[in-house]
Amino acid sequence: MSTSDNHQPEPGAGKKIHRRTILGAAASAVAIALVKSSGGQLVPAAVPAATPVAKAGAPVVPADATKVQGAVHGTLGTRSGFEQLKKKPTDTSSRSPLQDFHGIITPSDLHFERSHGGVPVIDPLKFELLIHGMVDRPMVFTLRDLKRFPSVSRIAFLECSGNFRGNKEEMTPQDICGLTSQAEWTGVMLSTLFREVGIHPKATWFLAEGSDAAVMTRSVPIHKGWEDAMIAYGQNGEALRPEQGYPARLFLPGWEGNTNVKWIRRIEVGDKPWMTREETSKYTEPIKDGKIRQFSFDMDARSIITFPSFPQQVEKGWIEIRGLAWSGRGKVVKVEVSTDAGKHWQTARLQEPVLDKAHTYFRYLWPWDGRATEIASRVTDDTGYTQPTMQQLLQARGRDMGGYHLNPVTAWVIKGDGRVLFKPEKWK
Amino acid sequence: MNNQGLFYFLLCVWLIAMTSCGSSPVGTAAPGKLATASTPDTSNWPSSFAFGHTASASYIDSIDIDIAPDGKGLPAGSGTATEGQTVYAVKCAACHGKTGAEGPFQKLVGAMGDTTKAKTIGNYWPYATTLYDYIRRAMPFNEPGSLTNAEVYQLTAYLLHANQIIDATTVIDAGSLPQVQMPARALFVNDDRKGGPEIR
Ligand code: HEC
Repeated sequence: MSTSDNHQPEPGAGKKIHRRTILGAAASAVAIALVKSSGGQLVPAAVPAATPVAKAGAPVVPADATKVQGAVHGTLGTRSGFEQLKKKPTDTSSRSPLQDFHGIITPSDLHFERSHGGVPVIDPLKFELLIHGMVDRPMVFTLRDLKRFPSVSRIAFLECSGNFRGNKEEMTPQDICGLTSQAEWTGVMLSTLFREVGIHPKATWFLAEGSDAAVMTRSVPIHKGWEDAMIAYGQNGEALRPEQGYPARLFLPGWEGNTNVKWIRRIEVGDKPWMTREETSKYTEPIKDGKIRQFSFDMDARSIITFPSFPQQVEKGWIEIRGLAWSGRGKVVKVEVSTDAGKHWQTARLQEPVLDKAHTYFRYLWPWDGRATEIASRVTDDTGYTQPTMQQLLQARGRDMGGYHLNPVTAWVIKGDGRVLFKPEKWK
Repeated sequence: MNNQGLFYFLLCVWLIAMTSCGSSPVGTAAPGKLATASTPDTSNWPSSFAFGHTASASYIDSIDIDIAPDGKGLPAGSGTATEGQTVYAVKCAACHGKTGAEGPFQKLVGAMGDTTKAKTIGNYWPYATTLYDYIRRAMPFNEPGSLTNAEVYQLTAYLLHANQIIDATTVIDAGSLPQVQMPARALFVNDDRKGGPEIR
C-alpha cells in the first residue's frame, strides 16, 4: 500500500543513473575495514555504515543479501531507501503523508507543520516561560524547571483548522487533509503550573505567546488550562522537533492547531480575550447572514479513507479499505464505510487503542467486483456527532461559508480499471 | 448557553474544585476520581514545588507587549495618517502595494462592501487595537520588531485612514485607538458548535 505518489519533480529525479555510479557504490559497500566492536575487539565490517544508496535513486541491492555482510550500525537509525516518505512543504506549512501511515503515530519527521514566521532556533538553556497577569505570584520557569514538575504523556492528534483542499480529482489524502498528525506528547500539565502561580478566581482567559518571528499569540479560555492543556517538551519519546516548538509548546488536545502555540515564552492570565490578529483576521469563519464565527476551538469529528486513494490502482477481489478517524471532542465510537456511493453504510472495525481526541485507525474488508463505484467513510464521536457532507455544511453555514473547520465526508471514485480518483468538492 | 453564560458556568465548576482543594493544604483530587493523563492525582503534592523563580516587574515589562481591546498595554506616543504615509511607502509598500490594496502579500485596504471579496482591515477586522499589536510584533515581515512605537502609531493611523475609518488628521494614541469603531465589529459571533448530532 506504500506507493510512490509524489508528482512533484524531485531534484535530480529526471537524471539518468549511470551504471558506473551504482557499481561504484556497490564496490565500496563490500570493502572491508576493521572496526572496534562494543566489546573493544577488532572485528571486520562492511563499510560504509548506512545502506549504500546510489546518488539519485534507490538503494543498491546485492544479488544475494545472505552472501555479503550488511551495513554496520550507525548512531541514528535509517529509513529504508525504498520508502519515499515526504512531507509536502510550502513556505508556511507542510503536510503529512497520511496515505503512507500504517498506524496512528506520525513519525516525528513527518508531522505536519505550520508557522507564521518560520522555525526559530532557541537555545534550551536560555529558554524561559513567564506566567503573569491575574496570578498571585508571577513566575519564570526554565526548561529544567518545567522538567522537574510531575510529568504526563498522552497520545493525541493535532490539526490545523484550515485543513481542507478539494478542487480536483488528482489529490492524495496528504493534499486533501495532510495538516493533521498524531504524536505522544510529554510535558507538564498547565494546571500544575497554574497551581504554582495561583490563578486569580476572576480570571477567565489566558494569552499564550510564542518566541518566533511572528511572536504568535492566541487567547485561550482558562478552563482549557485547568482541564487538559499541557506545556509539552517531548514528542514521541524525544525532545520536541524544532518545527513543533522546541524546546516547549502549548498543547491543547482537540483544539485547532493555531492555539497550540509553539516556542512558548509567555502566558498572561486575564479576564477578557485579547483579540489578537490570529483570532480575528485569521482563524475565524464567515457563516450565515454575513456573520463571522470566532473562537471556534474544537476540531469536529472527521475521517478519511487513506487506502485505496489517489494515485493508487486497485485490483478486482478483496480490498481492505483503511483510514483514519478522529474527533477533537472525544473518542471515535463508530466509523461507517460506504462502497456504493453513499446508498448503504457498513460499520468498519476500529483498531485499538481508541483514544480520547486521537487519530483512530479503521478497516473494512470489501470484495470489489470490478465495477466503477464510489467509496467513502464517515465517523461518529462520543458526543453523537456524525461527520457531515459538504452539502450539510453548506446548509448549516450558508454559501459564504469560510474555509476553516471544514470536515466533510471524503469520497473516492473507483474507476472500472481500478484507478482511484478523489471526488472533488466545489463550494465556491 | 451564550459565551458569557458558559464562562460563569466554568467559573463555578472551577470554584467548586478550588473549594474542595481548600479543605486540605496539599490539594486533592476529587475522591473516587481516577487520575488520568489529563487530571493528575495531586493528593500527595505539596502546596508548591518551589521550582522556578519569581518574575521581576522589569522582566515582565520587557516582554509584555500585548495590547488589549480596551487599550491596556498601549505605550506613550501618537501618530497621524499623514505621518504614516511616508513610513508606509518606505517600509511596507513593497509587499502590500502602493496604497495597501495591490499586494503581492496580504491586501490591507478595502472598505466594507469591497467587491473583490478580499478580507481587509476595513471590512473584516473587528478591533483597531489589534492593528497596533500585530504591526508592532510581526511587521515588517522581513524585519519584525524593528519599528519604533511612534512609527507603529503612524502606520496604524495610516491604515485606518486608508480603509476610510478615520480622517487624515485624527491623532491616534493610547486614548483614541480603543475608541475607533471598526465596521466589521458587529459581524463577529462566538462559536455556536457544541458537539452532539447538530451540524453547525
Ligand atoms: C517582506 C514583505 C512584507 C513587508 C515589507 C511587510 N509585510 Fe505585512 N505582511 C506580509 C505577509 C507575508 C503577511 C502575512 C503573514 C501571515 O499571515 O502570517 C503580512 C501581514 C500583514 C498584516 C495582516 C493582514 C491581515 O489581514 O491579517 C498587516 C496589518 C501588515 N502585514 C502590515 C504591514 C505593515 C504596516 C508593514 C510596514 C511596516 C508591513 N506589513 C510590511 C509581508 C510583508
